[in-house]
Amino acid sequence: MTPATTPDAAYNEGYLDEQTKRMIRRALLKAVAIPGYQVPFASREMPLAYGWGTGGMQVTAAVLGQGDVLKVIDQGADDTTNAVSIRRFFTRVSGVRTTERTAEATVIQTRHRIPEEPLRAHQIIVYQVPQPEPLRKLEPRETESRRMHALADYGLMHVKLYEDIARHGRITLSYDYPVLVGGRYIMAPSPIPSFDNPKMDNSPALQLFGAGREKRIYAIPPHTSVRSLDFEDHPFHPWRATSCCDLCGAEDSYLDEVVIDDRGGRMFVCSDTDWCGQRRDAGHRGRLAGHALARKETA
Amino acid sequence: MYVAVKGGEKAIENSHAFLAEVRRGPADVPALALEQIEGQLGLAVDRVMAEASLYDRRLAALAIRQAQGDLVEAAFLLRAYRTTLPRFGASLPLDTAVMAVERRVSATYKDLPGGQVLGPTYDYTHRLLDFSLEAGGETAAAPRAEAPLDAAMPHVSSLLAGEGLMRPEAPDDGREPVDITRDPPRFPADRSARLQALARGDEGFVLAMGYSTQRGYGGAHPFAGEIRYGAVTVELVPEELGFPIELGEIMVTECEMVNQFKGSRTEKPQFTRGYGLVFGHGERKAMGMALVDRALMAAELGEEAVHPAQDHEFVLSHCDNVESSGFVQHLKLPHYVDFQSELELIRRLRAEAEERLAETRREAAE
Repeated sequence: MTPATTPDAAYNEGYLDEQTKRMIRRALLKAVAIPGYQVPFASREMPLAYGWGTGGMQVTAAVLGQGDVLKVIDQGADDTTNAVSIRRFFTRVSGVRTTERTAEATVIQTRHRIPEEPLRAHQIIVYQVPQPEPLRKLEPRETESRRMHALADYGLMHVKLYEDIARHGRITLSYDYPVLVGGRYIMAPSPIPSFDNPKMDNSPALQLFGAGREKRIYAIPPHTSVRSLDFEDHPFHPWRATSCCDLCGAEDSYLDEVVIDDRGGRMFVCSDTDWCGQRRDAGHRGRLAGHALARKETA
Repeated sequence: MYVAVKGGEKAIENSHAFLAEVRRGPADVPALALEQIEGQLGLAVDRVMAEASLYDRRLAALAIRQAQGDLVEAAFLLRAYRTTLPRFGASLPLDTAVMAVERRVSATYKDLPGGQVLGPTYDYTHRLLDFSLEAGGETAAAPRAEAPLDAAMPHVSSLLAGEGLMRPEAPDDGREPVDITRDPPRFPADRSARLQALARGDEGFVLAMGYSTQRGYGGAHPFAGEIRYGAVTVELVPEELGFPIELGEIMVTECEMVNQFKGSRTEKPQFTRGYGLVFGHGERKAMGMALVDRALMAAELGEEAVHPAQDHEFVLSHCDNVESSGFVQHLKLPHYVDFQSELELIRRLRAEAEERLAETRREAAE
């Protein structure tokens, strides 16, 4: 864990002004009260490009307090450039403590993954969301998709899934796989692999979703049912590569495939770098243990 | 290999240092002064102020220098700064009828009160590279008119309105205008929201949308009623004073497009107005904006809205270049987690298709 620092005096703590934080907190409260409903909010320009996590950053900025410990991951990893960039931003403007350990974090901002280590009560996970509207690809109009949500008119989505099965024998969604939250709203879980979907169901942690460019916030309160859409005869299946991690040997984690030469050589590694590192520290070894990919960056 | 995206803090720091060096260019050439950008690249400054919706020439010049002349990036820098500024009030509406014009032209009347004022324009220049500028040649001062311009420069639209030929704008209903930087978008969008979005919208996008209405995708029959560029006074009524005080002057370009309207069951045939207003000197943008503004009125006028430029969601959700540039370029971020799930899926689908084919072949052989 990095120690707390003094925030940059040129900016308000957490970058956003207090009025903006209040506005976002009000949107968050509404989102928590109506699980899965997309609350419009007056998203601000952030000093990061739209599509790079501005929604997640605004939510994080609005919930972060001095006692918090922040973890930021992108593709499951703490050391990807955008995760590093966002973590540095919050260190600079809020002085908050940061960590790479899932268990130590009180707020986790993520892009495209849910950590392997189960989340606990009193943890908040903030998802960066590029496209909050699960119906967008079926119906591009906001006016129409909002009406469909209001009336729970989800026939179009079920037809899409049915057509997938009729054509391909299975549902051909592999990430951003739509879920039904609290038995009411269909929700986009952000582009996490469908492998992660079950982790959202009945989680003791608070799950917040921020879409900056699309100006929407939504939430899943703790202990809420989150069901991946499926059919009785075609039940949902959380797929992963049928391999184990070549660094730590994990058989049940989500894996990234890494091309290691130009002759078709591949290795598989845990996408969750903290999970993989902890397993290696505990003595677990994979087929290629000690590979360069396992080396930590030395500052 | 994509793992190159991992690399963390050191790589980012080095990249920033490299960028700073590239931005500065050769060290033996003097650095650009902000005064040079403000004074000699004025139209770039204007575009950045318009798309950032922040009127500050010096900061815009700084953003242009910092962005190495990338105007979309510069507008983004200025926007990100703008959001951190406190709001201490809203100005009174600008009165462009009393603008101190530098340029004012109408394409609908040969002459009109106040006259045609050509001002500084590229319109009638021959687009020949001027090699005398290559050496940084100095320019002689332009001749000055003997008499000042008429103080009265009524809008062309007010002349038409006097005859009852111009469809009157909706009267002020006392509601606060939408503030698109403070209110989430709603569709169909209020005209105040539409005009704000277009005023800060990407010049290229707004221009192309306006162009499309002229080429048959919008059924427009526009006339450039009037284009004027000049200084207007910004006034504010501080709560504690209760009367307006002048904050200063800003330069704006205003365009009023006159469009035909055949009338409807409830309205007589008349002209309608498309409106464009941008910070600084930006006639291309103001004209594009005025065309699109008119196209977006289709539904209100009972016209069939079938073309992209008439579609509120299509135009307003895609006109902002800070949004579009960010989202298009976010594709550079690693996507290997979702790509991996697609890889797995496509392999499974292919294996299953292969099985089905083999099954068919077996059956055919039997």
